Amino acid sequence: MANELLETQTMTRLELTTSPHLHNNWSTSRAMWLVSAALLPCTAAALIIFGWEQIGILLASIVSAAATEAVIQKLRRLPVTLDDGSAVLTGWLLALTLPPGFSLVSTAIGAIVAVGIGKHVFGGLGYNIFNPALVGRAFLQAAFPVAMTTWKSPNFVDTITSATPLGGLKFDATASALGPMFLGNTGGSLGETSALALLIGGVFLIAVGIVNWRIPVAMGSGVLIFGTAVWLMDTQVYPSPVYHLLGGGFLLGALFMATDWVSSPVTGRGMWIFGLGIALVVVVIRVFGGLPEGMMYAILIMNAFVPMIDRYTRPKVFGAAA
Amino acid sequence: MRTKTFSGGIHPPEFKELTEHLPLEVMPPTKQVAVPLSQSLGKPAKALVKKGSEVRTGTLLAEPDGFISAPIHSPVTGKVVSIAREVSCNGYLQDVVVIQPAADQETDFFPPLDPRAATTAQLLERVQAAGIVGQGGAAFPTFVKLSPPKEKNVDSLVINACECEPYLTRDYRLMLERAADLLEGARIIMRILGVQKCLIGVEDNKPDAIHKLREIAGTGGIEIVPLKTKYPQGGEKMLIKALLDREVPPGKLPLDVGTIVQNVGTAIAVHDAVVTGEPAITAVLTVSGKGIRNPRNLVVPIGTAVRDVIEFCGGIHDNAVRIVVGGPMMGASQHTTKTPVVKATSGILVLTEEEINKAAETACLKCGRCVSLCALNLLPGRLARLSRLGRFEEAERLSITACMECGTCAYECPAHIPLVQWIRLGKQAVLRMQRARN
Repeated sequence: MANELLETQTMTRLELTTSPHLHNNWSTSRAMWLVSAALLPCTAAALIIFGWEQIGILLASIVSAAATEAVIQKLRRLPVTLDDGSAVLTGWLLALTLPPGFSLVSTAIGAIVAVGIGKHVFGGLGYNIFNPALVGRAFLQAAFPVAMTTWKSPNFVDTITSATPLGGLKFDATASALGPMFLGNTGGSLGETSALALLIGGVFLIAVGIVNWRIPVAMGSGVLIFGTAVWLMDTQVYPSPVYHLLGGGFLLGALFMATDWVSSPVTGRGMWIFGLGIALVVVVIRVFGGLPEGMMYAILIMNAFVPMIDRYTRPKVFGAAA
Repeated sequence: MRTKTFSGGIHPPEFKELTEHLPLEVMPPTKQVAVPLSQSLGKPAKALVKKGSEVRTGTLLAEPDGFISAPIHSPVTGKVVSIAREVSCNGYLQDVVVIQPAADQETDFFPPLDPRAATTAQLLERVQAAGIVGQGGAAFPTFVKLSPPKEKNVDSLVINACECEPYLTRDYRLMLERAADLLEGARIIMRILGVQKCLIGVEDNKPDAIHKLREIAGTGGIEIVPLKTKYPQGGEKMLIKALLDREVPPGKLPLDVGTIVQNVGTAIAVHDAVVTGEPAITAVLTVSGKGIRNPRNLVVPIGTAVRDVIEFCGGIHDNAVRIVVGGPMMGASQHTTKTPVVKATSGILVLTEEEINKAAETACLKCGRCVSLCALNLLPGRLARLSRLGRFEEAERLSITACMECGTCAYECPAHIPLVQWIRLGKQAVLRMQRARN
């Protein structure tokens, strides 16, 4: 090839940019779709345990979340970014926190609040302080408190309604067996009951590098520490720490909600503080509060501290004086 | 024992399989070379030749201008056609001596020195006269680095044999093919510095190079240390941390923690200048990437145009989109292929879309990857945002100037935010601000 040819050939199409000239195969949408994939086991568990008709809640939530995203982006004259998967994920996560048999209209309202107020009021993707799905759920909890705490029995239990393991303990002083709690055959929100299914998804997310292990590990060890402390005060009254670990929305929260990138700290030490903080708040609410479950509030409360946590846990610059 | 390394960093695909098996080949002079007068940090050299001058291979073309400056020698025998202006691979216009090679090539080297009989002053003088510059990237004149101020207590020499940039295999080939010269070069530098200890850090993806060096290293105080393969281990600060567990503070130099780092290519250049009298007139480089027809490891006369090297390697494929001089993580993309190869050129890469993996930028998701991977413990996402907003004072407080621009953050960012690019911009602004203050 002649020099001149090479020159004319390259001059017209050479890209001029600054380094680095490589990028790994990650992207925002890939991360979102991988998280969605990790929700498949607990979603399947929800449908098996509470019945296939519960898919209506999932669809109502996901479609409403996606529609809200598109409408708001249109109104804000922004590119519509449904393909990044984040709105679908928010809708999906919200649905998993709702009680089986929950009204589809209320579900849609929750999804609209999640994406509209939880996410876009703060500036859209990447700017929200609070976990959007939990903002939606908190709204529903305030608006429809009875419906939000009416628990359909799992398919494999012979009653119409049943208490959740935490509710049973709080209001009736009856503890559930740990075996069904691990598999998911108890009352509760759609996606929270099966510890097994949640762990499968969570371990997958840690393995592919989306979830930083520090947050779930900090939360788990925190609940064991604080739960044990309370339990030792009176083992007859208070539940064992393992009960805290398997009960309510703890695993769903620890693996899929608290680990939301946007609303969790970026520093390693910050993640520990954040996780331990959630564990402390959730144990306090469950043991001393009026509600049987406090996962949602624990995460939302600690979300508010994230900017401060990040600020005070800045790593020491390499080589700088301590 | 765990393999030594630093904390943070990444392991991008190596792409070294394209060239690692290919022995170094000497590329003959092309019909014209354009030798830049500025091939190192510091002031450009002052030309001693003019149009019509006859030069031989090794003839001094330009003398240093001040302390931090390096002389330039002719890479070929021939006639100076002109002193012209040409764009450097970093995009600056600079003076070049254009030489047309003659049919017969003759050498005009220094008289060889006996590395053991010569005084350290003679050895140091030779390093300076031969125009040797650092091969690791910054192209700092080597003799300056080898003349530390007396109050600095230097106790060791570190040879950087990491070659942590993907694609590049020239240091690897040098280690396999010129192991004895590398060790001799290291011994010469040890003599100049008066140190008894030399650590050669080699990443463990080059086990045969480690083996080869260990086989002949002997007991002269030179130790070959395998390091866990990780980018940016070839950064001086990371390498010193990995080998000596010392941290160079921000704004300080390796000699502030008692050591000096030299690259494999630099040590071999020192050997050549002393033992054979050959000045720095070639660049050893890897030509690679999926866009080049025949990837190669080459010894190229300085001043050879990038396009001549590409042509020597069979030209480019139709899907080539980017030509980079240097490594893919820190090298400079070229808008023209007329740019000349210089002493510190380590590679020419012709890249395709597939390797570059571009994607649309989205908002920062605060995933924290950049923070946990930054080898210098900076907050890349925050610094990039502050740079973008023009909030340079805040960026300065968050140590933006400590960034070595290794590109790890931008490589990893799932939102495809050009993090290091913004940081580079902010860093320049902060440095300007600091200069204005003083």
